[in-house]
Amino acid sequence: MIKELRRVSLGILVLFSTLFASTTVIQVFQVDNLRVDPRNVRTLYDSYSAERGAIIVGTTSIAESVPSDDIYTFQRTYAGGGLYAPVTGYYSINQGLTGLESAMNDQLSGQSNSQFFDQVLALVTGTNPRGASVRLTLNASVQQAARDALGDQIGAAIAINPKTGQILALVSTPSYDPNDMASHDADKAASTYKSLLDSSNSPLENRAIASTLYHPGSVFKLVVAAAALDSGAMNTTSSVPNPSSLVLPQSTSTIRNSSGGKCGKGDTVTIAEALLRSCNIPFAEIGQLVGEKTIQDYAERFGFGATIEIPMPATPSVYPTGMDDAQLMLSSFGQFDVRVSPLQIAMVTSAIANGGKLMKPTVVDSVLAPDLTPLTTFEASEYSTPISTDTASTLVQMMINNVQSGVASNAKIRGVTVAGKTGTAENGDGNPYTLWFTGFAPAEDPQVVVTVMVENGGGLGQSGTGNSVAAPIARAIMEAVLAQ
Amino acid sequence: MSAPLSSLESSTITEQLLLRLKIPTKLRNLEATLILFAMIITSFALALVDLGATGHLNVSIIGLSLGLGAIVLAMHVAQRFVARDADPLILPIVTLLNGLGIAMIHRLDIANGLTGWQSQATRQMVWTAIATIVAIAVIVTVRNHRILQRYRYVWMATGIALLILPLVPFIGVTINGARLWVNLGIVSFQPGEIGKIALALFFAGYLVTARDSLSMVGKKFLGVRWPQVKDLGPIFVVWLVAMMVLIFQRDMGTSLLYFGLFLVLMYVATGRAIWFVVGGGLFGTGALVASRFLTYVEGRFAAWLDSFNPTIYESIGGSYQLVQGLFGFASGGVIGTGLGAGHPSIVPLAESDYIVASLGEELGLVGIFAILCLYLLFISRGMRIGINGADDFGRLLAVGLTFVIALQVFIVIGGVTRVIPVTGLTTPFLAAGGSSLVANWIIVALLLRLSDTVRQQRDGGDVR
Repeated sequence: MIKELRRVSLGILVLFSTLFASTTVIQVFQVDNLRVDPRNVRTLYDSYSAERGAIIVGTTSIAESVPSDDIYTFQRTYAGGGLYAPVTGYYSINQGLTGLESAMNDQLSGQSNSQFFDQVLALVTGTNPRGASVRLTLNASVQQAARDALGDQIGAAIAINPKTGQILALVSTPSYDPNDMASHDADKAASTYKSLLDSSNSPLENRAIASTLYHPGSVFKLVVAAAALDSGAMNTTSSVPNPSSLVLPQSTSTIRNSSGGKCGKGDTVTIAEALLRSCNIPFAEIGQLVGEKTIQDYAERFGFGATIEIPMPATPSVYPTGMDDAQLMLSSFGQFDVRVSPLQIAMVTSAIANGGKLMKPTVVDSVLAPDLTPLTTFEASEYSTPISTDTASTLVQMMINNVQSGVASNAKIRGVTVAGKTGTAENGDGNPYTLWFTGFAPAEDPQVVVTVMVENGGGLGQSGTGNSVAAPIARAIMEAVLAQ
Repeated sequence: MSAPLSSLESSTITEQLLLRLKIPTKLRNLEATLILFAMIITSFALALVDLGATGHLNVSIIGLSLGLGAIVLAMHVAQRFVARDADPLILPIVTLLNGLGIAMIHRLDIANGLTGWQSQATRQMVWTAIATIVAIAVIVTVRNHRILQRYRYVWMATGIALLILPLVPFIGVTINGARLWVNLGIVSFQPGEIGKIALALFFAGYLVTARDSLSMVGKKFLGVRWPQVKDLGPIFVVWLVAMMVLIFQRDMGTSLLYFGLFLVLMYVATGRAIWFVVGGGLFGTGALVASRFLTYVEGRFAAWLDSFNPTIYESIGGSYQLVQGLFGFASGGVIGTGLGAGHPSIVPLAESDYIVASLGEELGLVGIFAILCLYLLFISRGMRIGINGADDFGRLLAVGLTFVIALQVFIVIGGVTRVIPVTGLTTPFLAAGGSSLVANWIIVALLLRLSDTVRQQRDGGDVR
C-alpha cells in the first residue's frame, strides 16, 4: 500500500507540474499576445490609469488629463476644441487614438525608454506612473490666424520656419471637437465617430498631411524648374519654343496656357518668364527636356515618395514613373498623376527659402518630464539638400517676381518682400479646381514659409484661382508671423 | 524526558494526566506560531487591498482579520485538548489559503460596491466560522477514526442521498446551468460538497474489506490479470453515479472528482493499475458519448479547444469568461498588478469559480506559484499521514481526503488555465462558497484526527 501511496503522490506532483507549466505559459510567454487582443479591456483601463502627459502650445495646455470619478481615472480634455484637432488628434476609449496622441503615445503615457527609471520608481513607490508632456513648436496666434484666414473654406494651411523646420501652424478645415471623441460614454464616442465619418466634408481627415492627396497644378512647376536649373539641363538664359497651343505627342489632345495665348511676346521663352506667367506649354517642354528620371530624382530629394513623420505620419506624395511623353508633359505642370500633400509643397518651398537646405519639419519642440525638466529638447535637423544655394537663390528671385509683378500679386505685403507661387489645379472636366499658394517672407531673410490649399475651387467652381482665393489666406498667415 | 516516560507503565491515572500537561506541546506551539504568521500575511493582504483599491484603510478589515484569527484560534485550542499530536502545518496552511481568499473576495466587494450583508467577504467570514465550528465538532466527537469504518454503508447511503437531493423538486435549484444546489430558505447549499466526504469514507471502508477479492483473483489475459466480472460491480455502480451527476446535474467537475477519487482508492487498496485502465476507459467513453448528446459538455469542449474563436467567445455559455480570465492572468504577468490595483471584477464569477484568475492578476505568477506550493505542502502532509497510517482504513481515508483536495485544485486551476475544459468546481478554501468551505474544513478536521492518531501510536501511546 505504501508503494501505491508514493505513486499516487508522484501522480499528484505530475498534475501540479502541468499547473505550474500552464500558468507560466500564460503569465510569461503569452502575455504580449493576450495584452494586444482587442477584447482585452484591461490594456485600455491601464493606459488610462496613468496620468497622461499634456500637449502644450507656448505655456498653455491644449490637451490634458484631468481626474475623473469613473473606472478610467482620468478624462482627456482639449482646450482648443477644433482649433488644434488636426495636430493633437484624439484619445478615445473605443475609437483608438490619432494624431499626436498616437504618434507620441509612448511619451505621453510614460512608456518611452527615456522614462524607464520613472516607471521603475512608480512601481516601487506604488504611485501611478505619469506621462511626459509634449511642447509643440506651434504658435498660438499664428495657428488662430491660419484658422481664421481659412474661414469656411475646405482646405489646409501650414506655416513652417524654413531655417529650423519648426511648424508654426497646421490647420485643416473643417475640423471637429476631439472632446466629443474622448467621451467616456462609449456609445456617445462611437456615434460621434460615425457622424464625423458620414459627414460630407470628412472633418476627421487631416488635409495638411494625411488624407487624399491633391493635384498640385502650377506649384509643382517649382520642382520642375529646380530640377531643370540644378541638374544643368537648362540655365537662366536658355529657352524653349513658345507656341500658343501644343498637341501632345502620340495624342490628339491640345494643351494651352491659362492665358489662352503665347507665354509673353517672344518666339522662345525662358524658365523665369514661364514661371512668372505660370505658363503650361513651356513647362511641358522643359519637363520633356529634363526627363522623367531627373525630375523624379529631384522630387524624391524634396521628400516625394517618403513617409514624413512630423511625428504624425504624412501620406507620401506621388511623382508617377514610367510615363510616356504626353504624360510627362502633363505632369510637368502638376497635372496627370502627380499628387501631393500641402506639407510636401511647404517642404519644397522651405528648401528654396533656406538656400537649398531642407530642414526636417516637426511639430514637437520638447518632451518634458512630469516635473517639467526637459527629457528631449528641440534640435533642428536637416532632411536633405535637394538643390544648390545658387539654384535656390535663382528660384527665390523668380518667386519674388511672381508676387511683385506676376500671377501671385495678392500675396503682397506692404513693406515686406514676399516670394510665392500660385497653383490652380484641374480635377477633370467640370470639377472645381484645387487652389494653391506657397511662399515665404521676408524673401531676403525668410521667417516663415506658408502653404495654403483650398479644395472645391474655394466655392467658386472653375472661376477661382490660386491668386484670388489662396494667396490672401497665405498673406494673412505671413502677416501674423511677421507681427510677432 | 525519557525518565518520566519509562515510569509510565506503573503510574496512576492522575499521574498520567499530570504528565500529559507537562510534556512540552512543541507541535501545538509550532502550529500557533505558524498561524500567527498566516494571520499577519492575511492582515497585510487585506490592508493592501484597501490601500490599492480605495487609497485608504477601512475599519471592516479589522473585523475580517480578527474574525478569522479568533475562529482559527478556537480550532487550535480545541486541538490542544483533543488532538495534541496532530500535524502542525495543516491548520496554518488552510488559515492562509482561507485568509487570502477572504482578502480577494473583499477586494472584489470593493470593485462591485458590495457592503454590509451584501458583502461576499462578510458572508465568507460567517461561513468560515460555521465551517470551523463543524470542524471542531468533528475533531471533538470523532476521537477514534476506526469508528467511522463501521458505518461505511451509512456513508454510502448519505453520499448518494446528498447527491440526489438537488434533483428533488421544489428544493433543488439550478444555478449557472448546473443543478447542484438545494434551497434551504435563507441560504442555498451544495450537498454534493459534503457528499464527497461521505463517499470517501464509504470507499475507504468498503475497499478495506473488499481489497483481497478485488486484487487476488481474475484471469490473466494479454499479460495482465483482469478482474472478475462480479468484482466489476462496485466500479460499475460508481460509474453510473458519476454519469448520473454528469447528465442530470450537468456537472462535469463533480462527476470527474467522484470517479477519480474512487479509481485512486481502488488502486491504492488493490495495488493494481488495471483499475485505471478499466475505469479511465469507462469514464472516457461516457464523457465522449455525453459530449455528443449533451450540448453543455460539447460547448465546454469547444470553448476549451478554440477559446479565441469570436463565435465561441460571444456565444452564450461560450469562452467569454475563460478568455477574460486569461486576460486577467496576462495582465498580472510575473509579479502581478498588486492587490487592489488590477481589474479582476471584469471576469464573471471572479470571487468563486475564477478566484485563481483574480489572484493571478493581482499577485502575478509569483503569487500563483506560492498558492500552488501551499496546496502541495498541504497535500504532502496529507499523503504523509496516509503513508505513516496506523491501519489500512486510516491510510485509505487519508489518501482519499487528500486526493479530493488535490484533484479539485487540478480540475479548477487546470480549467481556468486551459489544461482541461472548464468545469464548475470551486478552489478549495480560496473560493467564495459556504458548502465548499464546510466540506473542506471537515476534511481538515479528519486529517488532523488521523495525524494525531498516527503520532500517538508511534510514540507508543497505543497498541498497534
